Amino acid sequence: MGIYLPIAEISVNVFVLLAMGAAVGFLSGMFGVGGGFLITPLLIFYNIPPAIAVATGANQVIASSVSGVLSHMKRGTLDFKLGGVLLAGGIIGSTGGIYVFAFLRRLGQLDLFISLLYVVLLGTVGGLMLVESVNALRATRSGAAPVLKKSGQHNWIHRLPLKMRFRASKLFVSVIPVLGLGAGIGFLSSIMGVGGGFIMVPALIYLLKVPTNVVIGTSLFQIIFTSAYTTLVHATTNQTVDVVLAFLLMAGGVAGAQYGAKAGQRLRGEQLRALLALLVLAVAIRLAIDLFVTPPNLYSLSAADLN
Amino acid sequence: MRAPNAFATAVVLSLLAATAPAKAQVPLTEGIQIGLSTDNVSITAGFSGADLTIFGSLENPDPLVARQGRYDVIVVLEGPPKPVVVRRKDRVLGVWVNLDSETFENVPVSYSVATTRPLQDITEPNSYKQLSLGASNLYMQPADAGDSPATIEEFTAALRSRKAATGLYSENVGGVQFLSQNLFRATVRLAPNVPVGTHKARAFLFKSGVFIKESSAQLEIRKSGFEQSIFRVAHNYSFLYGIFAISLAMLTGWLGRVIFRKD
Repeated sequence: MGIYLPIAEISVNVFVLLAMGAAVGFLSGMFGVGGGFLITPLLIFYNIPPAIAVATGANQVIASSVSGVLSHMKRGTLDFKLGGVLLAGGIIGSTGGIYVFAFLRRLGQLDLFISLLYVVLLGTVGGLMLVESVNALRATRSGAAPVLKKSGQHNWIHRLPLKMRFRASKLFVSVIPVLGLGAGIGFLSSIMGVGGGFIMVPALIYLLKVPTNVVIGTSLFQIIFTSAYTTLVHATTNQTVDVVLAFLLMAGGVAGAQYGAKAGQRLRGEQLRALLALLVLAVAIRLAIDLFVTPPNLYSLSAADLN
Repeated sequence: MRAPNAFATAVVLSLLAATAPAKAQVPLTEGIQIGLSTDNVSITAGFSGADLTIFGSLENPDPLVARQGRYDVIVVLEGPPKPVVVRRKDRVLGVWVNLDSETFENVPVSYSVATTRPLQDITEPNSYKQLSLGASNLYMQPADAGDSPATIEEFTAALRSRKAATGLYSENVGGVQFLSQNLFRATVRLAPNVPVGTHKARAFLFKSGVFIKESSAQLEIRKSGFEQSIFRVAHNYSFLYGIFAISLAMLTGWLGRVIFRKD
């Protein structure tokens, strides 16, 4: 069944989009990530213009994050104060990102920049995760007890000024890295259409040493608002949010997410991480190939802004 | 009965024309008129391209010329003009990057042509150029006239071929058919991605390869129904639209949790 997308201005198949949403939702529920990093490239592969894929991806991320946050709120695994500071940074980063987005779009380098960011970030994160999880899998196979990070171990981040206490995370840390991390994620959110969970989660664990149990809930909490802000700014400055497209993805996504979460409970942590790493790398490689392979058309047209 | 009469008049008048050419030809000049059955076309959700039929008539056709098939009609449906940037990708360190670009002013977003015969059989390339008629003869005004002619030519050609590849510039040879001596029907293609806005239908009449007259009519193409409302709201009330998109996402997320919860 075809449907005409009012903003993307093309006809697409409803079932393809629902299935796409469900598949990504399933994976995001399984791995505890928003799924924006999968949705946006998939939409681009499905010939949705990148600018619309990014803005709509940000909109879709809200739905899956709300779904996830609700269950974390119930379990109390959410640090509102930490989330709030991250969010303040996120708004700043996102605002900057929107300007860069509009600027690159005018230059005609937006698509390239989006692809490069995806390849570099997904490649790095996927690669690191794969190495880490394969090591963990080997360690368990050889019977050795996993090496736990010593608590109280401090790095340079903990020596910065302007410290603030985050009770739910049992953390006493400078606000500078928290704001900076939020801003970085906000920037990526507006340019890549992702929530940024796949960077936020490892950064909170390894850089800020936030306890793992509050990490996902807190990251999802701040992602809701950062992506809401990104969606709003894209809607007002670029008019690139397609609600029909977003709704189809969300409808499939929220259904898939709940089943994915259940499936995720049956797999062990390191197996799950290894699978996610492979998935992330696959998307990165697919996007990288497009950068290097000679395109079928060297010329492209776009609306010009003569002012 | 009418045809021989008309023939007779034509002969008489052409004799007159021979004696007093300047005066006598004026009332007899052939004309062309086109009519659209509607002045607006609405695109709905399922729009996957369509054929648009335009009827027209010749005024004062010379029956002899008509019988010999020496009248030719070219009908063009031209989309609203918009500025366009054409970009060319080149390899930089192995990666394909948009490098050179050329901006053109007032390029018709779409351009569908229907003709009685192949364009090259109707008239000389030069008269097409003068009339700026046909996708390959359309004059594209570069925004920066200082660029080298070779570059401009290269990007103009790329612009035409990209437009043709997406179906926005099309040519329907044989798309104009004479139904009688002075009535014709033209079928122009509307691509699935036909742009909204005011389109201009133009009909050109040629007699034995000589351009005689042009006539035009306007056609409004717009989106209708649900999609149109969304598009309008997204552009005119973008802030509220954004708020709506966010609320919809939050509501869907919450409902999804309530309906599908598995824990």
